[in-house]
Amino acid sequence: MDMNTIEEMIPTADPAHWREGDAWLAGGTVLFSYGSSTLRRLLDVTEAGWQSVTITEEGLELAATCTVAELHALPDRPEVSGMPVEWPALELVRQCCDSFVASFKIWNSSTVGGNICTALPAGPMTSLCSALDGTATVLMPAGESRQLPVADLVTGNARTSLAPGELLRSIHLPAAALRSRVAFRRLSLSNLGRSGVLLIGRLDESGELIITVTAATRHPVQLRFGPVVGALYAASGGASNSASDGGGSGAAVLHGHRFPGLTKPGAAELRAALDTAIPYELYHDDQHGLPLWRRDMTYRLAEEIRAELCESTTIKD
Amino acid sequence: MDINGTHHPHEPRPGQCLRTFLREEGMLGVKKGCDGGDCGACTVHVDGVPVHSCVYPAVRANNKSVTTVEGLADGDTLHPMQENFLAAQGFQCGFCTAGMLMTTATFDDAQKDNLPRNLKGNLCRCTGYRAIDDAVHGVSTDMTETQDDCGHVGASPGAPAGRAVVTGTARYTLDVDPGDYPGLLHMKVLRSPHSHARILSIDTEAALRVPGVQAVFTHEDSPALLFSTAQHEIFTDDPDDTLVLDSVVRHVGQRVAAVVADTVAAAEAGVRAVVVQYELLPAVLDPAKALFPGAPAVHGDKNAATSRIVDPARNIVAELHTELGDVAAGLAEADVVHQETYTTQRVQHTALETHASIAHVDAEGRLHVRSSTQTPFLTKRALARVLGLAEDRVHVVAGRVGGGFGGKQEMLTEDIVALAALALGRPVQLEYTRTEQLTASTTRHPFTIRLSAGAKHDGTLTALAVDVLVNTGAYGNHAPGVMFHSCGESLAVYQCANKKVDARSVYTNTVPSGAFRGYGLSQMFFAVESAMDELAAGLDMDPMEFRRRNMVRDGTPMLSTSPAPEEDVEYGSYGLDQCVELVVDALRRGEERYRDAGLDDLGRDWAVGTGTALSMIDTVPPSGHYAHTAAQLLPDGTFELRVGTAEFGNGTTTVHAQVAATALNSRARLVAVRQSDTDLTEHDTGAFGSTGTVVAGKATLLAAEELAAQICKAAAAHTGVTAETCTLVPGAVDCGGTLLPLDRLAALLAGAGTELTAHGRWGGTPRSVAFNVHGFRVAVNTGTGELRILQSVQAADAGVVVNPRQCRGQVEGGIAQALGAALYEEVVVGPDGAVENTILRQYHIPTFADVPRSEVYFAKTHDVLGPLGAKSMSESPFNPVAPALANAIRNATGVRFTALPLARDVIYLGLQEARLHMPAVPVLAT
Repeated sequence: MDMNTIEEMIPTADPAHWREGDAWLAGGTVLFSYGSSTLRRLLDVTEAGWQSVTITEEGLELAATCTVAELHALPDRPEVSGMPVEWPALELVRQCCDSFVASFKIWNSSTVGGNICTALPAGPMTSLCSALDGTATVLMPAGESRQLPVADLVTGNARTSLAPGELLRSIHLPAAALRSRVAFRRLSLSNLGRSGVLLIGRLDESGELIITVTAATRHPVQLRFGPVVGALYAASGGASNSASDGGGSGAAVLHGHRFPGLTKPGAAELRAALDTAIPYELYHDDQHGLPLWRRDMTYRLAEEIRAELCESTTIKD
Repeated sequence: MDINGTHHPHEPRPGQCLRTFLREEGMLGVKKGCDGGDCGACTVHVDGVPVHSCVYPAVRANNKSVTTVEGLADGDTLHPMQENFLAAQGFQCGFCTAGMLMTTATFDDAQKDNLPRNLKGNLCRCTGYRAIDDAVHGVSTDMTETQDDCGHVGASPGAPAGRAVVTGTARYTLDVDPGDYPGLLHMKVLRSPHSHARILSIDTEAALRVPGVQAVFTHEDSPALLFSTAQHEIFTDDPDDTLVLDSVVRHVGQRVAAVVADTVAAAEAGVRAVVVQYELLPAVLDPAKALFPGAPAVHGDKNAATSRIVDPARNIVAELHTELGDVAAGLAEADVVHQETYTTQRVQHTALETHASIAHVDAEGRLHVRSSTQTPFLTKRALARVLGLAEDRVHVVAGRVGGGFGGKQEMLTEDIVALAALALGRPVQLEYTRTEQLTASTTRHPFTIRLSAGAKHDGTLTALAVDVLVNTGAYGNHAPGVMFHSCGESLAVYQCANKKVDARSVYTNTVPSGAFRGYGLSQMFFAVESAMDELAAGLDMDPMEFRRRNMVRDGTPMLSTSPAPEEDVEYGSYGLDQCVELVVDALRRGEERYRDAGLDDLGRDWAVGTGTALSMIDTVPPSGHYAHTAAQLLPDGTFELRVGTAEFGNGTTTVHAQVAATALNSRARLVAVRQSDTDLTEHDTGAFGSTGTVVAGKATLLAAEELAAQICKAAAAHTGVTAETCTLVPGAVDCGGTLLPLDRLAALLAGAGTELTAHGRWGGTPRSVAFNVHGFRVAVNTGTGELRILQSVQAADAGVVVNPRQCRGQVEGGIAQALGAALYEEVVVGPDGAVENTILRQYHIPTFADVPRSEVYFAKTHDVLGPLGAKSMSESPFNPVAPALANAIRNATGVRFTALPLARDVIYLGLQEARLHMPAVPVLAT
């Protein structure tokens, strides 16, 4: 829809230019969908010319302005199929893109960064990037930047930990996560509808099992089972989610509830871990699913994932 | 910007979306459906890539090449996809069609093979998607080459507007030439944030200072006459409880003030600048609580007699208490008794074209209103009454209407734009946003139905009693009509000696309910047909067998609330028995297909079941429904029909042409239809109550028959033979073996200073009954609540089917819309009284992926009352769908669901709940 209060559209990706009444404009599919009666200027970051996808042996760097269409095409790119080491977790890319309730036409405009910053519980880019332990680089108005886990960037329904004027620059998906085996589960109230529950499981080479819950909960929740390998954790042993500020450009602090003693959790252990990690109030409640259903489906899908990835355990209902 | 190969030098505004820019540049084929990126009606190509232009910043299309539907064809040569949509008639109202075309025209074969995914962003509210599926795959349902080329009754000629629809040139309400409305102003409405409040003051000073704002209208500018937004032939059918602008607001979203400005942006700024002081009043949101003594009286200030409200102090708009026989005795003699409370939710019509109108006053002071309405003639009357104008000083026109479903049987925009246009002497336009449509127009009436029914072992229905509470919201538009109608056919379709109705329609401080497809019957049939299923289960009898034993048969009296049948309702034809058998047979074949294919076992989490439901509807609403048609022989030998009824995808334009072509023994394509303009015909009650064919079509038949007689008489006079020896053939009169071409006849008549015009009029009585029976086979995932529809079948008794392709489309569209209401759709009113679904994404209507292909069958009947044997078939396919689905779920899982919608979360939680309260082994009916 028309945003009739907008007086100016300025091509810039410099947070120093930001002032009250401004909004960063990426694809525009959210801003122009909801409209606004207060915004005065749109700061168009798509003119910055950021390279959408950068592929290195360290992983994937997705510019915030990478469109969903570009992301969807990624697995077919020769640089990816020609990688020396396989990244099986890339199968999540299309599964997550197809979790958009929005049409493929919207994907031609909407961006990875825009979806994350909209911070809807069902944001599939939030699901993808948090499940793969993505690190967000955020440009700050003072000219600095900071890094934090994507899972900590989204803090609630339509809430982020971004300060006014801060701009999401890119998301780094580490190669270690891309090398994991993954399992994807999603439920919606309607066929191909908005996700009511979206769970992604990852079994790392180290044997760590990471289950990321999105859509069902107001913000991403990660459960990490097994050994700690070369990373720092913000929370452990069932403590509540920590919104890490990461301060500066140091190594990002990984998000999640750690269960280091449970290398291959059983069904009951998984249930107990979910009990600890997700208080009932954290289940989202809107037109796309009742919280009780979301809770039970979270348990159900988590168990399916556990069974799929930890093959030595038997499938139980 | 390059648009369709032409350079356009204008610069978009910084916050403008591409959709409005393209429309300003004259590309009126680009439609606003949701204006939020969800429905796809605005799809265009930017440098060849399809995008939703409503969420595409227009500035970004600078220096790019944009293609709209107007640029899809190569001159007069249609794009193959346009041809496909014509050949399959992949549209009804056509409002989504431009977007469908601009999307599917980009598809490769792989995309065509996965339409559920690739049409996610293209919503159609009319067709149920089957015809779109056919179109995309190049399946033609055009029978003109193999069938009757004349397009007579029983053939399926295409809609006359088809080419205009697929080329984006069909003109909907706001698709007007700005040159026709010089100085056009735009209105925006300030709406109440409170459920119930008295307006203490409105300060418009700041708003009037906003550049471009021309005027602000408040309750001080409102005519004092109370009226109802509902439109009926007899306006006293509805309570007079509404003002154009009121000093009391009774629901969140009610009009408080209207700002008129040079631009939409200025009007919006003006709305933000209006300062209102409210005195908050106690509100009641729950209809049951509205009946409590001491509950806030929503219209406590009204006079019961003059406003025609049963009891304003107790919030009762209308009530009905009747008993036939002795229900207590009937329940006492029953072997099985079912008592349950059923509830239905608020549903929004979600026509893709939102409410909109433009009013202007001509140099002679006559008011002209162009509106998205189903009832131009009634709106004309209402405007005249409310604004104190003589009726001949008001002219109302409907262009092509982008969907109705009952939502446009209301006057929601016309009164206020007319008020402003009269005051300012300039044209004024008001276009509802999708948010206004969802939060501040009307919805289906929510019902709470306490039902008691009993049956004996032999299958005899011994008692049927309902206690019905209808929530009409803050205003009583359609409150009495929906309540009375709901308790009519839903009870009359069963023979039962003991029937009882206690019904009340009550005010609450919520968004008003209004007319909605089915007009109360869909709600009541949900309860009644669920109950019949339960009684059958209790008797261990096949539900359809139970129905066969109790449903009305040809000639048996149809009784609901009165000891005598409705005086003017009769069996003009009867096809319920055929419908029942058609569905039973189809379900049996479907089950065999699954079994033969080895697909009958879906795995351990899946429970499979079948369910059925029937419905009946009077073919015309009661109390008179009038239509007038003028049929004229044109100088070129073709015909013109002038009809009152509006076209909003119902296909009545095609039907009129077919009926006339049949009566005139001509070709449907030689009959031009002009319509829905109050200056064209004397009167037309409107396109509601499924009357486009049976009432307006009957007037057309009478006019065409009269014209045929006139032509034969004139031809006889000119050729010297007797009129009896003259017969019409396409394009000519056969005068005893000599052909007199019609253009020649017209010229002869013109030479003599005459022309031939005949008139037909019909008053909508006596009335017949039409039937629909639906069957589902479903699979329910007991672990997740997922519901899969394995088979969907509907049989319809529409009498002689005038246009089988269109009628099938009506049935399919009704099924799809009903599936939305059965499975997903709910307008949620929050604790503060505000509607919580503010954008379309929060109100899921069925997408391509949600709608199964339904089998559609027609009973073979010939109605003695309808035109050429036809009956109505537009509302009624909706009515049996939800109960058939609930019955199928009951059959699969053993659990009775009593509240709509039956979303997956509700199904799952219902099954969980049942597990807690039921024996370990679920009761599985077979």
